[in-house]
Amino acid sequence: MSDVTGSIFGRLGWDALPFWSMLHDHSAMTIINGIIATGAASMVVIGALAAIVLVTWLGKWKYLWSEWFTSPDHKKIGIMFIVIALVMLARAIIEAVFMRAQQAVGLDGGFLTAEHFGQLFTTHGTIMVFFMAMPFLTGIINYVMPLQIGARDLSFPVLNQVSLGLTAAGAALVMISLVLAPFSTGGWTGYPPFTELSYNPGAGVDYWIWAVTLSTLSSTMTGINFAVTIFKKRAPGMKLFRMPLFTWTALCTAILMIFGMPPLTVATGLLALDRYLDFHMFTTDLGGNMMNYVNLFWAFGHPEVYILILPPFGIFSEVFATFSGKRIYGYKVLVVATMCIAVLSFTVWLHHFFTMGQSAHINAAFGIATMLIGIPTGVKVYDWMLTMYRGRIRLSVPMVYAIGFIMLFVLGGMTGVILATPSVDYQVHNSLFLVAHFHNMLIPGLLFGMLSATNFWFPKAFGFRLEERWGYRAAFCWIIGFMLAFFPLYVLGLMGMPRRSVAFFEPQYLPWAIVAGIGALVILCALLCLVIQLWVSIRDRHANNVFAGDPWDGRSLEWSVSSPPPEYNFPVLPEIYSIDAFMTEKDRGQGWQAPDRYIDIEMPANSAMGVIMAITGLAMAFGLVWHMWWLVIGAGLATLVSIIARGFVRHTRRTIPASQVQRTHEHWLEQVRRTTPIKRSQEQSTANHGLPVAPIEGAVQ
Amino acid sequence: MSSRNVINLERTDRHIESRTRHPGLNLGAAHAEEEDTREEMVFGFWVFMMSDLIIFGLLFATYVTMLGGTAGGPGPKELFEMKSVFIETMLLLTSSFTFGMASLALKYREDKSRLVFWLVVTLLLGVGFLFFELKDFHTMFDKGGVPSRSGYLSAFFSLVPLHGLHVTGACIWLLALLGQMAVHGLDAPVKTGILRLAILWHFLDIVWIGIFSLVYLGGLS
Repeated sequence: MSDVTGSIFGRLGWDALPFWSMLHDHSAMTIINGIIATGAASMVVIGALAAIVLVTWLGKWKYLWSEWFTSPDHKKIGIMFIVIALVMLARAIIEAVFMRAQQAVGLDGGFLTAEHFGQLFTTHGTIMVFFMAMPFLTGIINYVMPLQIGARDLSFPVLNQVSLGLTAAGAALVMISLVLAPFSTGGWTGYPPFTELSYNPGAGVDYWIWAVTLSTLSSTMTGINFAVTIFKKRAPGMKLFRMPLFTWTALCTAILMIFGMPPLTVATGLLALDRYLDFHMFTTDLGGNMMNYVNLFWAFGHPEVYILILPPFGIFSEVFATFSGKRIYGYKVLVVATMCIAVLSFTVWLHHFFTMGQSAHINAAFGIATMLIGIPTGVKVYDWMLTMYRGRIRLSVPMVYAIGFIMLFVLGGMTGVILATPSVDYQVHNSLFLVAHFHNMLIPGLLFGMLSATNFWFPKAFGFRLEERWGYRAAFCWIIGFMLAFFPLYVLGLMGMPRRSVAFFEPQYLPWAIVAGIGALVILCALLCLVIQLWVSIRDRHANNVFAGDPWDGRSLEWSVSSPPPEYNFPVLPEIYSIDAFMTEKDRGQGWQAPDRYIDIEMPANSAMGVIMAITGLAMAFGLVWHMWWLVIGAGLATLVSIIARGFVRHTRRTIPASQVQRTHEHWLEQVRRTTPIKRSQEQSTANHGLPVAPIEGAVQ
Repeated sequence: MSSRNVINLERTDRHIESRTRHPGLNLGAAHAEEEDTREEMVFGFWVFMMSDLIIFGLLFATYVTMLGGTAGGPGPKELFEMKSVFIETMLLLTSSFTFGMASLALKYREDKSRLVFWLVVTLLLGVGFLFFELKDFHTMFDKGGVPSRSGYLSAFFSLVPLHGLHVTGACIWLLALLGQMAVHGLDAPVKTGILRLAILWHFLDIVWIGIFSLVYLGGLS
C-alpha cells in the first residue's frame, strides 16, 4: 500500500471485505463462512440502499428531517430509539440462531470457523445489551415517563437528541463492521489481555471499543436527563409518592445510569489507551494489571443488569394493575424494594469473578450480598401476585408476557441463588449454566417487559391497537421458544459444557444442543409473528383506532390525553391529588374536561444537533477504528465547533398559540363525546375506540 | 379516600411557589418561570459533575493499585519536581478565587467590565496552569517517564492529563462565553453559562487537590 492511500484509508484495505479470505483460500470451511458473512453484509447494504431509495421515491426526506430527525419531541425520540432497538434485535436474534445451529451440529466440527463464531457471540452480546436493550428501555421511558408525570417534555430536549444520535452512531458502527469486517472476538465483556494489541492487533476490538463507548456516553446523558426531569418537571401535586411505579423505576434506572455508566467509559477508555498509545494499564507485562479491567467492567456491568431489569419491573406493575382492574398492591413497598435493589446492585459486582483468586472471605461477603437482592425482588413478585388476587383479570397480550415473566423469572432467580454460592460457582462458572441463567433473567425480564410495554403503549403512541391474535402467537412462541432454547443449557452446563465453544467432542451433549437449536427456531418464529403483528395492525389501523386515548381503562396520566398525544402533551398542566391520578379523575366523573382558558405554550424549537453529533461521532469512531487520522481530527473539530456554535443560538423555543391548542383539544373532546364507551370485556374488539365505561361495580378500584 | 382528594387550590399554589430558586442566579427582573428553567439547567450540571466525579474516583483508585507496577522504571521520587507542581497548585487555587470574584461581580453588580476582567484573569491563570503542567510532563518524558514505560506511569498519565484536558475544555468554554457576551450581552443564557462553568472550575480545583495530595505528596512520602 502506498503512502498516499495509507494516509487516506489508514489500515482499511481490500482484505476488510467479508469475501476476501474466501477468494484466497478455497477450503470448504472458508467458503461457507465467506458466503454467510457476505450474505449478512449484502443484507446491510441492500437494506440501507432500499431505505434510501424508498424514502427518495416517496419524497419523504423533508418530512423525515423536519418531523423526526430534528424534532426535540420526547415522544418522537422515544419511537426512534425503539426503531433502532427493533432493527438490532432482528440482527442479534439471527446471529443467535446461527450460533445454536452451529452447536446443534457442533459435535466434532460444525460449519463455522472459530473466528466467525467468536464474532457472532461478541456481536450478539454487544448488540443485545447496548443496542437492543438499552435503546428499547430508553425509548419506552422517553415516551411514557413525561406523560406519566404531567410534563411537556424532558428537561433537556436537545441533549435527548444527542443521546439518540450517539446510540444511532454506535449501532451504525456495529452494522458497518458487517460490511468492513472483522468485529471483535473478545466477547461482550472484552476482557484483556485477549483484547490487547499483542493478541488482537486487527480492527475488531477497536470496533467494539468505540461502539460501546458511544453507547455509554449516550446512556450517561440519558440518565442525567431522566433524573433531572423526574425531580424537576413533575406537574403540581405530583409528589414523589404519587408517581406511577413505572416512573419510579425510571428514576432508579436513571440514577444507576448516572453512576453505573462512567466505570465502563473508564474501562474502554483505558483499553483504548493501551491499544492506541502503548499504555500498560491491562497488559501482561511492564506492570499492567488486567484485574483492574475486570473490576471496572463489572462496577458497570452489575448495575447494568438492574438498569435493564428495573424498567420492566415498572412496566409489569402498570400492566398487572391495569389488567386486574385494581390498584397496585403495596405501592410504597414496591417503591422501597425498587430503591433497595438499586442500592444493592452496586454491592455485588465481585460475584462476576468469584474464581479469579480473591480470598474466600471476600467471596463469602459478596455471595451473601448477592443473595440479599432476592429479598426485595421476592417482595415485588408477591406484590404482583397480590395485585392479581381477586382482581378481574383480562388475559391481554401484555398480561401474557407479564405472567410468563413472573414464572420464568422466579426460576431464573433460583438459579441465581445457586450461582451466588461461591463454592457452586467454582463448579459451573464459564459453563452454559451461566449462559442459561442470565438469559433466563434477561429474556423474561427485559425482553418480555419491553414487548409487553410495546403492546401496552402502542395504541397511545400511534392511535391504534396492535392486533391481538398475532400478538398472542408471538408471546407464546417467545415463552415456549425461550424454554426450549435455554432450559437445555442448564443441563449442558451441569454436564460441563463450556460457554462460547464453537465445537464439542462429547456425544452426550448433542441431543440437548439439538433441542436448544429447535428452541432458537421457535424464537425466530416469535420474531416473525411480531413483524406480522405489526403489518396486520397497520393494515387494519382504521378499525382499531383508539383516538379517544384510553383503550385499557388506564390508571395513570398518559391515558388522559388523546392517542397519539399532541406535541405539548397536555393543553393545561394537570394537578394531581392521588396516585393513579387519571383513575381518580374518572372515579369522580372528572375525566375529559376542557380547561377554563387556554394559554400559549412554549416548546423547544427543532435543532440539528442530534444529527450533527450522530454524523461526527460515527465519523470519529470509524476513523479511529481504521486509523484514518484526518477523519478523526476533522470530525473532532466539527464536533467542537458545533457545540460552541450551539451556545450562541438564542431562539431555542417556539410558541404554540392558545388558539391552536384550543382547536386541537376541542376537536379531541368532540371525538370523545361521539365515541361509544365500551366494557372491559370488549377491549379486544373493534368496538374499542379508546373510551371505557365509567368505573364498574365489583372490581376494587 | 375521596375526602383526602378534595381539591385544595390553596395548597397547590403554595406548592408552585415553594419551587427552589438558585441562590447564585440573578436574572434581573423577577421572572419565576425563567428562573425555574435556569435552575433546572444548573441542577442538571451538578448531576453531570457527580457522574464525572465517578470517572476521577475510579482513576484515582486505579492509580493507587498500580503504585507498585513500576516494572523497574522510574518512580515518583525520580520524576516529580515539587517546585513546579506547587506553582501549578497556586495558579489553579488562585484561579478559583478569581472565578469567585467574577461570580460576585455577576451577582451583585451590573458592571460588565468588572466581570470580564475577572474572567480574563481566571482564563490567564488557567492557561498558566496548563503551561506549567505541560512543562512538567516534558521534564518527566526527558527523564524516561513516558506512559509506555510501566503500568505505574500509564496510570499516572491516564489520571493527571485527564484533569488537564478538563481544564483545557473549561478554558475553551470560558472563551466561548466571552464571545457570547460580546454578541448577546449579559443575557440569561450567558449568566447560567458562567454559573455552570463556575461549578466545573471549582470542581476541577477540588480534583486537583486530590491529585496534589494523593499523586504528588503521596508518591513522594
